[in-house]
Amino acid sequence: MKITAQEVRYVADLANLRLGPDEVARMTNELEAILSYMDKLNELDTTGVPAMAQVLYEAGETATLREDVARQTLTNEDAVGNAPVAGAGFFKVPKVIER
Amino acid sequence: MEIARLTVDQVRRGLASREFSAEELANEALDYAARENPKTNAYLHFCPERALSAARRVDEKLARGEDPGPLGGVPVAVKDVILTRGVRSTCGSKLLKNFVPPYDATAVTRLEEAGGVILGKANCDEFAMGSSNENSAFGPVRNPVDPERVPGGSSGGSAAIVAQGTAVLALGSDTGGSIRQPASFCGVVGVTPTYGRVSRYGLVAFASSLDHIGPFARTVADAARLLGVIAGRDPRDSTSAFAPVPDYAGKFDGGLGGLKVGLPKEYFAGLASETGDLIQRGVDVLTGLGVQIKEVSLPATDYAIPCYYIICTAEASSNLARYDGVRYTTRAAASETLLDMYRDSRGEGFGAECKRRIMLGTYVLSAGYYDAYYLKAQKVRTLIARDFAAAFAEVDALVTPVSPFPAFRLGEKLDDPLQMYLSDIYTITGDLAGIPCMSVPCGRTAGGLPVGMQILTNHFQEAKMFQLAAAFERAGGFEVS
Repeated sequence: MKITAQEVRYVADLANLRLGPDEVARMTNELEAILSYMDKLNELDTTGVPAMAQVLYEAGETATLREDVARQTLTNEDAVGNAPVAGAGFFKVPKVIER
Repeated sequence: MEIARLTVDQVRRGLASREFSAEELANEALDYAARENPKTNAYLHFCPERALSAARRVDEKLARGEDPGPLGGVPVAVKDVILTRGVRSTCGSKLLKNFVPPYDATAVTRLEEAGGVILGKANCDEFAMGSSNENSAFGPVRNPVDPERVPGGSSGGSAAIVAQGTAVLALGSDTGGSIRQPASFCGVVGVTPTYGRVSRYGLVAFASSLDHIGPFARTVADAARLLGVIAGRDPRDSTSAFAPVPDYAGKFDGGLGGLKVGLPKEYFAGLASETGDLIQRGVDVLTGLGVQIKEVSLPATDYAIPCYYIICTAEASSNLARYDGVRYTTRAAASETLLDMYRDSRGEGFGAECKRRIMLGTYVLSAGYYDAYYLKAQKVRTLIARDFAAAFAEVDALVTPVSPFPAFRLGEKLDDPLQMYLSDIYTITGDLAGIPCMSVPCGRTAGGLPVGMQILTNHFQEAKMFQLAAAFERAGGFEVS
């Protein structure tokens, strides 16, 4: 499994992660080593083996549903209380629409 | 009363005989923890107000002649990935250094309803990603047994606190061994229950199909009590199990005669000799207790590491997408556009290991690679689970090492992420299968480092696991930190 710096930058963009040039170089080497190790899985024949997406689930399909009644949730004040920038009960972000 | 060696029973007796009040105990425990903490950096911060008000509630109940609960007055530490309302919960990350949750995790609510007194929040690897606690943004934890060595990870703070005696109990979380490995390295008891046994509501998600909350304690009985308190169905976590919770702490008297224990041969090949010798001595103790020992095989074991690191990084890359500089994290100062703000905030905020896992996870989920990595890993996960199912058709429990080696030195594995991942070989399989497993102290190396023995049972067979561990603890007489 050969990984290029270009691929690392592409994946970083998908993940919305800013990486510096040093980080891209290091990540290229590390991802290549780790992904090469992961290729070991190809030694195993998994034809006809179902994928395991969860451990076990013993209850019926609707067992986790609750009655459709309104409940107290977080207050607006609590919900925005940890935001780095908030105002008038909203989360504030850099401008996304130009007038 | 020796504050650093207290057990739940001693607290109960001390309160009942009026030797001390819960408030006096909480004050003394907070003082002791604040004094001892600089040696290990195991606590990130304390919450004295919350601790004292919980202690006063216990004293008021006692004054009214009421039962203060199974953990009445017991000092507890909580890993910082588990949310505590009004008490900072950083997850060991710079991104959440100011985060004060508006709600409690269900495990925390149950702990306090049972009379537990939370002293503070335990250090951990950032977002529970790591095997040495060196990935915390707030500095590594030192192993109380040897300060030049790591306590293990990711629940290194929780393990170190219980070993050091700066709380009686601690909550940790385990995704690939993050409770058992630090318990082994620090010489305490650590339990990963069945997947779904304990609600994850309020546990900050790392890899949702693998994450567990579980207890640390200095005795098997105390770990069992804490699990009994936090286990059980929670409507706020749809993955929590409906199965009734038995009285774990009441099952310790029975003999082990007739129990069959399997030794998976794949876990003993290539094991460092000192760890292997100690586990063998542990197996001899079990034989002496009348347990029948049988060699078994878990043939897919060799594929567990790649399987685990594909699944956990894929799930992590998705779970960590929420840290975007908008709602609860710190934000990069100078970004002009929204997209730059996301990217800069995440680039500045995440540490190296989280970035590595986000990148790996995003890669294996990206177009063209999903089938080759993620789907393939999910199929291999089925094979690993089938191995365990076949083994448990023959034996009641499995016994293995927890880690190939005892606690390593700070910095020793930091520059080689693959080597760090490989050290999780014996613990990740239990998480992949979702079965209960625990580490119980099994002696020390010639250099004085603790080694843990792992006991695994089938889904929801925690009581059987505790029964074995408690008998082993009594018969072995192995030193606990």
